[in-house]
Amino acid sequence: MQETDRILRVNNIEVKYHEVILVLKGVSIEIPRGGIVGLLGANGAGKSTTLKSISGLLKVEVGEVTDGAIEFEGVQIHKKNAVDIAKMGIIQVIEGRKVFEHLTVEENLRVGAHLRKTGSVKDGLGLVYHYFPRLKEKRREVAGFVSGGEQQMAVVGRALMTEPKLVLLDEPSMGLAPMLIHEIFNILTKLNSEERISILLVEQNVKLALNVAPYAYILENGRVVMDDTSERLKENEDIKDFYLGLSEKGKSKSFADVKHYKRRKRWLT
Amino acid sequence: MELFLMTLISGIMVGGIYALVALGWVLIYKCSGVLNLAMGELTLIGAYVSLTFYSMGIPFILSIVLTLLIGIVLGILVERIFLDKLIGEPILAVIMVTVGISFFFKGLVEFIWGTDIRIFDPPIFSLKPVSIGFLHISTVYFWSFVLAIVLFLVFVAFFKYTRWGLSMQATADDETAALSLGVSARFVYAASWAIAFMSAGVGGALLGNINGVTISVGYLGLLVLPAVVLGGLNSIPGAVVGGITIGILQNFAGTYLDQYFPGGVKEIFPFAFMAVFMLFVPYGLWGWIKIERM
Repeated sequence: MQETDRILRVNNIEVKYHEVILVLKGVSIEIPRGGIVGLLGANGAGKSTTLKSISGLLKVEVGEVTDGAIEFEGVQIHKKNAVDIAKMGIIQVIEGRKVFEHLTVEENLRVGAHLRKTGSVKDGLGLVYHYFPRLKEKRREVAGFVSGGEQQMAVVGRALMTEPKLVLLDEPSMGLAPMLIHEIFNILTKLNSEERISILLVEQNVKLALNVAPYAYILENGRVVMDDTSERLKENEDIKDFYLGLSEKGKSKSFADVKHYKRRKRWLT
Repeated sequence: MELFLMTLISGIMVGGIYALVALGWVLIYKCSGVLNLAMGELTLIGAYVSLTFYSMGIPFILSIVLTLLIGIVLGILVERIFLDKLIGEPILAVIMVTVGISFFFKGLVEFIWGTDIRIFDPPIFSLKPVSIGFLHISTVYFWSFVLAIVLFLVFVAFFKYTRWGLSMQATADDETAALSLGVSARFVYAASWAIAFMSAGVGGALLGNINGVTISVGYLGLLVLPAVVLGGLNSIPGAVVGGITIGILQNFAGTYLDQYFPGGVKEIFPFAFMAVFMLFVPYGLWGWIKIERM
């Protein structure tokens, strides 16, 4: 990867909540411009915290980057507040489909456009409706009452309205039907290739994420334990075993193997 | 019959002023979830500030505009000095702070302007009533009503069509999600206080024209509470309809019930009505019903 190619570089950050609770213990991530990078791991591994420390939302939850640095297009951003970071073009889509429930779908999108010039709001809406035709049908409906998949589309569309350079997606597949997940991920891939939007994708659905993102990081217990191209990660025995649920056919696993893995993982870090 | 119509019409007109103050109340609640118990004092300050400008010889309309400007500045100051540090604290704490602010403002007003009744001199509105058919409406009430409707339309348009109005509503719905899109909560709160100060200020100025300006103008804030609750705490049309309803109820109580329950039934009746109404419609007319998904 060329030096200039990277849109975001997270350099060995350490994050504490309330000045004592150590959540991230050295996370380094690099995202190429126009690329999709996966950030995978189990519950509580620190995936969402990593996203929040990039977007600045961490500060709302009394968290702080206490060590290391985050660089966006060569500018250090880990001391900036969330509003300034959003203005620079980093938008986090927070997990759990947080639509503005009492606004209509289109009003939701227009909130996303509040930093844009007046004239370009229409263009933005046109673009979102081009990628999410379903939102156009539902645009006058109150967002709290449309289906889960449509809410997820509204939330991604809302982020798109800000003309982002980098979108941080937090579990877009959570709680959605497989058909819808497929649809949304297709659109995400298209947005990446056609609109040149870089994406950092957090997922628990590892199989899905490895198919979409060509490169991924595995996060465990606040540390990056592995990072590689998705092709190679898919072939990795540990990944197969613990994240993809594949193991040698028919054999039941013994607890000793798990411990072996844990030991090895510690060695890996 | 004529008495009935007169009572009704003047009730609607007084309701216009209530609606103005109720609008300010709803705005702050809508944007930050805070029940601002200092609303009456905002009205009070509006009344005194506009009176001061008017007695300096500035035309009434211009002094209203100046009151609006002062309102914006004060609103932002209040938010920055008292409330900014409370972002993220429990709502109840913030509400208690607004009680403190109300005492502070009341003291400030007494300190600056004293406690004597002051009147707009020379009177702005002629004593000759506006006549529509056989109905005679006092000029003050008539113009207050017109102004309330105009401001209401401006607010509705602001919230529905401008990006700032939408951002304010978005912040009320989900502060973190709004922040993730670059909507600054601090800006939204400051703006909502500025706007609330503006509408309360105009209400105060108009009310001062009716009864003269004293500390008691501040009690309007409390009187408006039933109007706000009736309309639904976060509905702008609700504030207007609630205000007018309370105005009508109050006038009817004054006209028809006062002979049976002499002494102040007019002030109490709206509260009694509110209590009963809430039993059946706990969210108010158009308040947000919490959307739960299963």
